[in-house]
Amino acid sequence: MTTIELDDVTVTAAGSDGDVVILRDVTARLTERRIALIGGNGSGKSTFARLLNGLVSPSSGTVTVDGLDVADDGPAVRRRVGFVFTQPAAQLVMPTVAEDVALSLRRSVPDKRERQSRTLEVLESFGLAHLAPNSVHSLSGGQQQLLALAGVLATGPSIVVADEPTTLLDLRNTVIVADRLFALEQQLVLVTHDLDLAARCDRALVVEAGRVVFDGPPDAAVEHYRRSVATP
Amino acid sequence: MRRSLPLGIFVPGTSVWHRIPAGPKLTGLLLVSIVVVALRGPWPAVAATGVALAVTAWARIPARTVWHGLRPFLIVLAILAAFQWWQRGWPVAVEVVATTMALVVAATTFTATTPMDELLDAIVRGLRPFRRLGVNPEKVALAFSLMIGAIPAIFDIAHETREAAKARGLDRSPRANLSPLAIRVVAHAYDTGSALHARGIGDE
Repeated sequence: MTTIELDDVTVTAAGSDGDVVILRDVTARLTERRIALIGGNGSGKSTFARLLNGLVSPSSGTVTVDGLDVADDGPAVRRRVGFVFTQPAAQLVMPTVAEDVALSLRRSVPDKRERQSRTLEVLESFGLAHLAPNSVHSLSGGQQQLLALAGVLATGPSIVVADEPTTLLDLRNTVIVADRLFALEQQLVLVTHDLDLAARCDRALVVEAGRVVFDGPPDAAVEHYRRSVATP
Repeated sequence: MRRSLPLGIFVPGTSVWHRIPAGPKLTGLLLVSIVVVALRGPWPAVAATGVALAVTAWARIPARTVWHGLRPFLIVLAILAAFQWWQRGWPVAVEVVATTMALVVAATTFTATTPMDELLDAIVRGLRPFRRLGVNPEKVALAFSLMIGAIPAIFDIAHETREAAKARGLDRSPRANLSPLAIRVVAHAYDTGSALHARGIGDE
């Protein structure tokens, strides 16, 4: 299993009244297979997730993936860490379903015929092969999120970071996408508001106001989060 | 869900236009576009539109797809026609509108008969000699394909923005239509960049 390490990480952003701290003094070593990040809106959990493949850079401290520094070895880290966004349509960049997966395979499979066949294999494994020639925008939200996941997995990552991947989906699609995520061989870091999903993980971190306020077993983390929300 | 699909959408088929390799087809489109723009007078431009539509029918692109491709441009074309008629008379108005339609129809036929993956390969092959001048063919090809892919996305955003303005009774307000459109198009570009970044595409 891969190892993600955050060492005294702080992230700030420029605000109208000076710098705003989004994440403060976070230190964690993530080795479990399924890790959940839970917390309220604006708590900093998405920033935490985005640090893991370099979408956000730390203002101070270091983030490493298998010993590779995210700031210094960005391309190598991104080859290891795939990222799934909340909004499925935003991450589909090619016009059709097959072309979007083929884009992910361009680097690893230079031969066109082999790439076409690998694309179909990937789509078949996600039950999307019958939609291969369709516009990515004609898909349902659930299908788009599955396609986004397929596109990310086609790059061969060893870690998948998913930022609220089920937030915009109905119950049926939530179940389908969640089951796919939890069936992955890769290490999964899941940012979620769905506490049932968090409870299925091996470890959960609760993020509040830019700090990790609880780190431990998911059941206890969910309980901690529920209590903190209930406390005025 | 997207209502219109202008450009960028491949329609699988077996016509001769589907079988022509992407490189020669792209070069052909470029040359034809230059000729169409160079044509003078309303009737040659109308003839060019007719030829473009005939090629589309020959490639067996469904009329609905072509109509969907043209529909988002109709408002722009109508404004263009009215302005040109007012400023320079009807022959120029017909010439400008027909030339634009011919180019849009030709581009729609090109993208409808060319898989994006083949287009990327063709651009990479064509630009390979320029690598020694510092050109990265993969990045240029990616930028080209993203540009084509962005056109339907921008029309979609424009449609959603219009609907949102209408829902607030502001459908006649240019500010309520244009400001969010500009902001959302920039946000779309940012999201696309993040999506590529997240997949490690464009890092090399």
